[in-house]
Amino acid sequence: MLSLNAKIQDVFNEPACDKNRGKDPKARKQGCSKPLTPGAAAGGCAFDGAKIVLQPITDVAHLVHGPLACEGNSWDNRGSASSGPTLWRTSFTTDLTELDIVMGQGERKLFKAIREIKEAYAPPAIFVYSTCVTALIGDDIETVCKRAAEKFGLAVVPINAPGLAGSKNLGNKLAGEALLEHVIGTVEPDDAGPHDINILGEFNLSGEFWLVKPLLDRLGIRVRACIPGDARYVDVASAHRARATMMVCSTALINLGRKMEERWDIPFFEGSFYGITDTSEALRKIVELLVRKGADRQILDRTETLIAQEEAIGWKKLEAYRPRLQGKRVLLNTGGVKSWSLVHALTEIGIEIAGTSVKKSTLEDKQRIKQILKDDNHMFEQMPARDLYAMLSEQKADIMLSGGRTQFIALKAKTPWLDINQERQHPYAGYDGIVELVRQIDLAIHNPIWHQVREPTPWDWQARVKDEVPGAKSKVATLQAAEEIDGPTVGDFGER
Amino acid sequence: MSRILSQTKSAAVNPLKSSQPLGAALAFLGVDGAMPLFHGSQGCTSFALVLLVRHFKEAIPLQTTAMDEVTTILGGADNLEEAILNIKARTKPKLIGVCTTALVETRGEASAGDVADIRLKRSQDLPGTEIVLANTPDFEGAIEEGWAKAVTAMIERLTRPGEQVRQSKKIAILPGWNLTVADIEHLRDMIETFGLAPVILPDLSGSLDGTVPDRWVTTTYGGTNVEDIRELGTAQYCIAIGEHMRCPADVLQKVTGVPYVLFQSLTGLKSTDRFVSLLSAISGEPVPAGVRRRRAQLQDALLDGHFHFGGKKIAIAAEPDQLYQLATFFIGMGCEIAAAVTTTDMSKILEKVPAQSVQVGDLGDLETLGASADLLVTHSHGRQAAERLGIPLMRVGFPVFDRLGSQHKLTILYQGTRDLVFEVANIFQANRQAPTPEALYPLGKRETPDGPRPSPLTRH
Repeated sequence: MLSLNAKIQDVFNEPACDKNRGKDPKARKQGCSKPLTPGAAAGGCAFDGAKIVLQPITDVAHLVHGPLACEGNSWDNRGSASSGPTLWRTSFTTDLTELDIVMGQGERKLFKAIREIKEAYAPPAIFVYSTCVTALIGDDIETVCKRAAEKFGLAVVPINAPGLAGSKNLGNKLAGEALLEHVIGTVEPDDAGPHDINILGEFNLSGEFWLVKPLLDRLGIRVRACIPGDARYVDVASAHRARATMMVCSTALINLGRKMEERWDIPFFEGSFYGITDTSEALRKIVELLVRKGADRQILDRTETLIAQEEAIGWKKLEAYRPRLQGKRVLLNTGGVKSWSLVHALTEIGIEIAGTSVKKSTLEDKQRIKQILKDDNHMFEQMPARDLYAMLSEQKADIMLSGGRTQFIALKAKTPWLDINQERQHPYAGYDGIVELVRQIDLAIHNPIWHQVREPTPWDWQARVKDEVPGAKSKVATLQAAEEIDGPTVGDFGER
Repeated sequence: MSRILSQTKSAAVNPLKSSQPLGAALAFLGVDGAMPLFHGSQGCTSFALVLLVRHFKEAIPLQTTAMDEVTTILGGADNLEEAILNIKARTKPKLIGVCTTALVETRGEASAGDVADIRLKRSQDLPGTEIVLANTPDFEGAIEEGWAKAVTAMIERLTRPGEQVRQSKKIAILPGWNLTVADIEHLRDMIETFGLAPVILPDLSGSLDGTVPDRWVTTTYGGTNVEDIRELGTAQYCIAIGEHMRCPADVLQKVTGVPYVLFQSLTGLKSTDRFVSLLSAISGEPVPAGVRRRRAQLQDALLDGHFHFGGKKIAIAAEPDQLYQLATFFIGMGCEIAAAVTTTDMSKILEKVPAQSVQVGDLGDLETLGASADLLVTHSHGRQAAERLGIPLMRVGFPVFDRLGSQHKLTILYQGTRDLVFEVANIFQANRQAPTPEALYPLGKRETPDGPRPSPLTRH
């Protein structure tokens, strides 16, 4: 078993990551997380990252070993959807007190907590997350988990990703490592077939994977495991018997995909379900890999038929929005657009991209952005809140698409805004999802409140009245003066 | 402009209306020391009384002329006289508001003449008690009409006629019935901030605001002073709120020459802007910092709230002015009006209601027309329809008998609009449906729409 430090070095040295490949050996050794600047840091910690990736596994009890804040301040804050179990949304923490920490009772409390959860909820597995404090005081959660698993006869999985280890992204990867080490391959399915696939990094936000899964069903493709969105523990545990893997959110679980290929010979590709062309491309790649692994070639034709049919419907639905959205300017502030077909779909119906951040984009991404934007000036690394506010206040964009963090910059600048990150309320995946996204853009831009909130305060004339009619003695005279200047009569304030 | 569809069916299913005399009684209840009196049979009064009590959770002074079979045939003048004398003797009210019912109107009772006779004949028995008559048969109109008729009747009867010396700070306010107690209180505060002195008729905030008086009072305790109604002619301006208050405002202008300004609704940023500008113009005072702050809060509420409104379909059943008030509010937030049901086709405001059509009808119509809506908006009787359709209900208007505090909900000006935004957004959030594979299934309905349309994907 590797130490936490060795594990971190290992996940940083990710050969499947194209950004990592571009670095020299020295830079690679430093890892992919930039050192944080105290006082100017934003974003989650490694624990946060690990929890995000694993929590949507729906029938698992997720137990956070630490003082209250780690779990107490963060639970039930994500919009993944479950088609069955609800246990994942129940929050479990050992809630360590000062006494627990001083007296070194953490491990014992953890063991007891596992017992209580086992007795009250009987889950197929319990995931135990370490946190900064329990890492600091040296609680050995791996040993406690091992002991508890033996004693209680269920899977107890240590997730060793304390916040102090690093960034959210690192936590994502450590979570993948934990699955590899403790979960995947521990259950042998009795129904493995030639059309089984895994989807990695799909979170089923707002249930959006359910807009895609029926397409796969129709092609006869079985999703062995979708990790983590709407997953069951046993699906994840038997994921090693799939024939192909699609990586959806590649930065999060790229190490998991690559190591599953090494260990179980499951080929993978990076794809996206956002946008029409990407969805089609993803379907094509999936069946290609399956055919390469021995599936009947007929599936290729069936896939093309389905794609043709769905694309036609999708484009037609999108076209209906063209008259309302043509020429509208969208500002993408997402840290880096992975999903080019999303941008493609927007520009296809006449929406313009007013600007985009390229903070997390690769060189290749930047080339594509240049082609679309025609003007490099609209590309920015990261825009300070004040500049963003100024840009939106000047109405240089009709809407901003971003995550919740910059929501209020847009709103306070009286600019429409749409959440396209994890807290969002609407499903955007697949052929129907992009139509929903465009519909939401339409609703946001055309909401009548924008006229109202941008209306200047109406009593600005007061200064003028005072200036221009110094002789106005009585209130009535003032009123009449106001009428003369602005034109309306008293009656015009009301309705005829 | 909306199309107004008349009622064509014979059976009203789950009525939307409350009766016209109830509306008149409500207006009289906004006068200090008043006793409304239904001229009709006992039942008319008792049903109205029970409904008012269920809504306000207060003892409601309301009396009846208790017409029976014999008086119905022979004429109700004696009953009316006896009732007035009895009320005078027992409760010594400052005002008795007579509301006729369908019974006496159908038999063609000459109530106006009867009341005039009683005043003349019994003047020595009735010192200090005004008698005002509103002709409010149940077979027409609803609360709105009854309320407006009672206010008109009070101005005609009580307000001293003729041009008078105007007090520059005095403003007469004629609020529609759909303003809550909290609305009236808030309205008064707002007007007073500008250094103006409002006289509000009727003023439910004095009488039905749910307080505990330190003695037992059999009439209303609080509300507009009869003396103040007499002196309405000395106001600088009159502000009427709601289209149904145009008639009383017109009458006040004809009788005393006081000009009026009508606001069809005081809900929403723009109408409040206009109202505040008017107060500032009349008073010559700048808009106070507190009011500016409320405006900014409303702006923020609109920004934060609009996510929950965009594209939502709303079905509203309410009397005309309230229908207009709410429909314009929802449209202003980006909703569609899926169904608009109201009580009468007589109000001029209806053609301004921002809906394709306005159906004159009942809650049965609301249930049919609003079956695919995201929110039903009507009074408490809409709860069964809401339950059957599985659509949340926002309770507005009268009666609201299964929730407490509806009189203390603010619905007007910056603050009330802000509260409405939050109330509705919270209803939507409380009723958010978790996504399911079945609801999202993409290969089901395969029709391709010709234009943007509500999506089946999202219903929260």
